[in-house]
Amino acid sequence: MTTLRETRPKPGPLDYLSRWPLRLWVGATTLFLYAPLLTLIVFSFNQSKRNIVWRGFTLDYYAMVLQDTSLLTAFANSLVIAAVSTALSLCLGAATALLLWRFRFPFKPALEGALSLPIVVPEICMGVALLVFFTKVVPWPTYFPWPLNLGAIIIAHVSFSFSFVASVVRARLASFNREEEEAARDLGASEWRTIMDVIVPHMRPALFAGGLLAFTLSLDDFVITFFTSGPDTITFPVKVFSMIRFSVTPEVNAASTLLIVITVALTAIGLRLQGADAGRDGHTG
Amino acid sequence: MAEHTQDSWRKSPGLFASLLSAPTLFLFAFLLAPLAIVWGYSFGHNQGLTDIVVDGTFANYAHALNPLYLSILFKSFLFAAVTTVICLLVGFPVALAITFARPSTKPWLLLLIMLPFWTNLLIRTYALMAVLRTQGYINGFLGLLWSLLARSLDALHIGRLAAFTPLDLLYNNFAVILGLVYVQLPFMVLPLYSAMDRLDRSLLEASLDLGAGHVRTILQIVAPLAMPGIASGVMVTLIPSLGAFLTPELLGGVDSQMIANVIERQFKSANDWPFGAALSFLLMYMTFAAIALQALLGSKRRGG
Repeated sequence: MTTLRETRPKPGPLDYLSRWPLRLWVGATTLFLYAPLLTLIVFSFNQSKRNIVWRGFTLDYYAMVLQDTSLLTAFANSLVIAAVSTALSLCLGAATALLLWRFRFPFKPALEGALSLPIVVPEICMGVALLVFFTKVVPWPTYFPWPLNLGAIIIAHVSFSFSFVASVVRARLASFNREEEEAARDLGASEWRTIMDVIVPHMRPALFAGGLLAFTLSLDDFVITFFTSGPDTITFPVKVFSMIRFSVTPEVNAASTLLIVITVALTAIGLRLQGADAGRDGHTG
Repeated sequence: MAEHTQDSWRKSPGLFASLLSAPTLFLFAFLLAPLAIVWGYSFGHNQGLTDIVVDGTFANYAHALNPLYLSILFKSFLFAAVTTVICLLVGFPVALAITFARPSTKPWLLLLIMLPFWTNLLIRTYALMAVLRTQGYINGFLGLLWSLLARSLDALHIGRLAAFTPLDLLYNNFAVILGLVYVQLPFMVLPLYSAMDRLDRSLLEASLDLGAGHVRTILQIVAPLAMPGIASGVMVTLIPSLGAFLTPELLGGVDSQMIANVIERQFKSANDWPFGAALSFLLMYMTFAAIALQALLGSKRRGG
């Protein structure tokens, strides 16, 4: 309720952000979160090799990155793995979401529990489990031509990303009006036609968002890939890890900056799609 | 919400079977089977160079309980707990400020907190290395200040300063905890924010009107009401910290190894897979225990 107001609007008692201690706190936290990343980006353009003092702008290190064949190969590997594992995760994730949304069946809680495993099991445990699996049980042939030799890593990535896709798609399906499906069936569409022509179009925004999520998860993953990659199947994060283990160089700064730009752009697109989706739906989700 | 519209699987068994088959096969083959094999290995021992015999021995778990590994387990838990407490202390005021910010600034503040979380974990850790190392930005900056100070003292004939000795900020326990806080902080802020955002603000106003100060209102009204958010924030910070591999690997020193680093060594260099398997299942049990505890406390809170 608006009571008597002075001419100058005073902040309300709960407007904590207008109080200086909290402003300072939020500011300091932001500085803590951003300063390391911003210095990393800025110093990727620095002429000095020693990396502390600013000696002038240069793109030399980006040129070095673009000429480094092992880094480029690793990057190409990462992209192929991300693309293929995203496609597979989308198929499996959409099927799982549809299954869990549509049906009641025995052992459903067990399946849901198994699906939540990749989210709760520590990455290192997933990593060693897949390492054991792909060396002892099903040794993935390393002599396969590229990109087939990446198969083990692709499977590993699908195994952790498809349940994320499933949960995104399932959330979207909750807003589906099943009368639309009944209408399609009444008009003579088969079950399969109904799914492809009515349900999948409704899923589409979630498929985009889930796909981008799977792509970023795959591109970013280090721990699980570290355990499943061999000498010929190095991904970008694994390569960067071996470069930074003992030294800090402007070349790594440049490579990291490129990866930051790519992931932030992908995630921004994903959020936009999800945001547009949420805006259209209002409160139905 | 969609529960009442669900069909029994018997209504369209064909569709059910085709939707069920691929994901379940995949889950069994590439997730449950690998985990089950590691679990089996944890009860086995090495024979020769490459073979592992599973004979139901508990020797690996007994080995994990010897003081060296017990202290590493304890240290991992301690690091994770300290990280969680720091994240909570740092994140709570931030979440509070975001919650009560103007609606137009709110999404920007959230974006500000979330943006670093989108960049690769490896790169964030590397960025900290560049800040903390001996020739890093902090030591460079301190060295610069030091030399300015030394020069002015010299010019004023007050005295001479010894040469600057860089601080050892990297490769120790401090760096590991700083790195974990740096990585996990956004995970803490988000659940805190979403819990506080749902609070009934009239309760806070009532408390303030009745004469309680802001600190008292926050501690006695906001914190208890935001408890579910605090609990889930603690979980999403504690669990990944407990199993952290990259942060201690890159920022830690000899004595700041966490359990994940020991597991990695058993599989990659020490070649004692059964022992590594036992350790990774101990880590997994610790994680599940934490989740179960949270679920238990959550149901108790709702019940009482």
